[in-house]
Amino acid sequence: MERGMRGTQLSLNQTQKVRLQRALEQLESLSSKVNSNASVTVADSIPVNYEDGVLKGHGTSELNGEVVATVCGVVERVNKLVYVRALRARYKPEVGDIIVGRVVVVAPKRWRIEINYSQDAVLMLSSMNLPDGIQRRRTALDELNMRSIFEENDVICAEVRGFQHDGLHLQARSQKYGKLKRGQMLTIPPYLVKRRKQHFHHLEQFGIDLILGCNGFIWVGEHVEATDDMLEEQVNKTEQQITKSDRNSASLEEQEQSSIPLETRQSLCRTANAVRVLSTLGFIVTIEVILETVNLSSSLNLDVHEMLGSEFCVLVAEKEAERRTLNKKKR
Amino acid sequence: MEFVNPEGLRLDGRRPTELRQIRAELGAVAKADGSAVFEMGNTKVIAAVYGPREVRFEYSMANFSTGDRMRRPKGDRRSTEISLVLRQTMEACIMTHLMPRSQIDIFVQVLQADGGTRSACINAASLALADAGIPMRDLVTSCSAGYLNSTPLLDLNYVEDSAGGADVTVGIFPKLDKVTLLQMDAKLPLDIFENVMQLATEGCKAIATELREVSNLMKEINIVGEHKAIGISARGIKSYARWFRLQLCPDCCYTQFLSP
Repeated sequence: MERGMRGTQLSLNQTQKVRLQRALEQLESLSSKVNSNASVTVADSIPVNYEDGVLKGHGTSELNGEVVATVCGVVERVNKLVYVRALRARYKPEVGDIIVGRVVVVAPKRWRIEINYSQDAVLMLSSMNLPDGIQRRRTALDELNMRSIFEENDVICAEVRGFQHDGLHLQARSQKYGKLKRGQMLTIPPYLVKRRKQHFHHLEQFGIDLILGCNGFIWVGEHVEATDDMLEEQVNKTEQQITKSDRNSASLEEQEQSSIPLETRQSLCRTANAVRVLSTLGFIVTIEVILETVNLSSSLNLDVHEMLGSEFCVLVAEKEAERRTLNKKKR
Repeated sequence: MEFVNPEGLRLDGRRPTELRQIRAELGAVAKADGSAVFEMGNTKVIAAVYGPREVRFEYSMANFSTGDRMRRPKGDRRSTEISLVLRQTMEACIMTHLMPRSQIDIFVQVLQADGGTRSACINAASLALADAGIPMRDLVTSCSAGYLNSTPLLDLNYVEDSAGGADVTVGIFPKLDKVTLLQMDAKLPLDIFENVMQLATEGCKAIATELREVSNLMKEINIVGEHKAIGISARGIKSYARWFRLQLCPDCCYTQFLSP
């Protein structure tokens, strides 16, 4: 099988196999040949010009005066810096990345969040906006009420703040960050998500939100209007008046009332399946490609579950090959 | 028993210094961070790497742990020993200082055993680690050699392995040209041992070129080695399966072996 078809057991018939192979070959021929000779594997020595001075970056080490790769990947050079970008690895955080994660532990003054990194990330209580939207010191009461903000296993969205002495810190100081509800989280290899200006997408035609987390966690959920601070305050006030037991029943009723309409749920699953198909094929997941895949599936009148079949997979590969050929011709 | 016939061929038709057919494949386990299948003749091993990930603790008490119901069955000695060997070999090559406060789980399962499972496990784990993008000093490779009918034999199969002769398993860093693993059962005179070990090291280097090719460009193409595949001794195959688990946490020097 070709690159990008890792670990997938698609049951393809003979024609589908041939078509997929052809599409992938076409894609391969289109991909830039610039870096093809710069790929190294573990313990390959990297040719460098010592006269200019060398800064050894990630994925390199020194052996007998040579610069040697320690991971399989592509050699990148920036001025004096030489580093190897691993082809496949876990997520490596960068400051400012928008990520989706899952709360693992509620600890004193902080949540620990699983983000597909080698360590759990830390979200301090003080580095997120309180639900009432007021800027103030966090009190002991706030600390006791932390579970009312995020509980274990909640899916949240946040931004990478940076490395501190005790690990990777996140922050969620905006309305757009916070708990994600009523949708599904998908896990794809993090190298398929490229860093872009926009990671939050509102697909108006479907009424859903799509968050492409840089860590390879992708959120597809019902669209939530960004709430006004003032409005939320009022809601909170009324909520405080209701006693706890009442609130529980109210929230149940509320849930029933506001169940997601079937159509939204279908398009939600359609979008999620589009992401799944793209990640099994090993294509970079961007909003344009996702939308194109969704449109392809609906134009073919495919059911949501049929999108995960082998036929659609082959179609997507062919479509992508076609798209890239067109792009190339335009240029 | 005659292990090398007068024509100089072994039971499965190989020359004494010939490897079995090698086949390797990356990305066999979809959920793992890195995985590989490695085959040498009829020996087939699958390895999966998870991590580096946060160290989490798991405590469980089995139903037989209370009162005097049953004693906890211990992992058998063979698997304990092999996983220890694997752990030490892999710890030597992974640059653990770059991944503090995290653990790497390596699961190796032997699907088919026809001699040389130890070497196959190391080769598979090495490939899986490379696939997972974990920084390593070198790709460790391993190969075994033996001495039967006063002939040094490379890459023993099950029949030759169980013949009772010496069996030398060598693991090397091909680039650094260093030995990380050397095991031998039975005894050999020193001069012969040197020959056998030399042969095993040559075998390791041959495997190393194959593995590099596999990991190069991380292309998921089944690389079939040039070494000829000849006769299979069907009797020699025994099915043998067990999971090994390896944990390492370099920061607190906390190493732990967990057998399921």
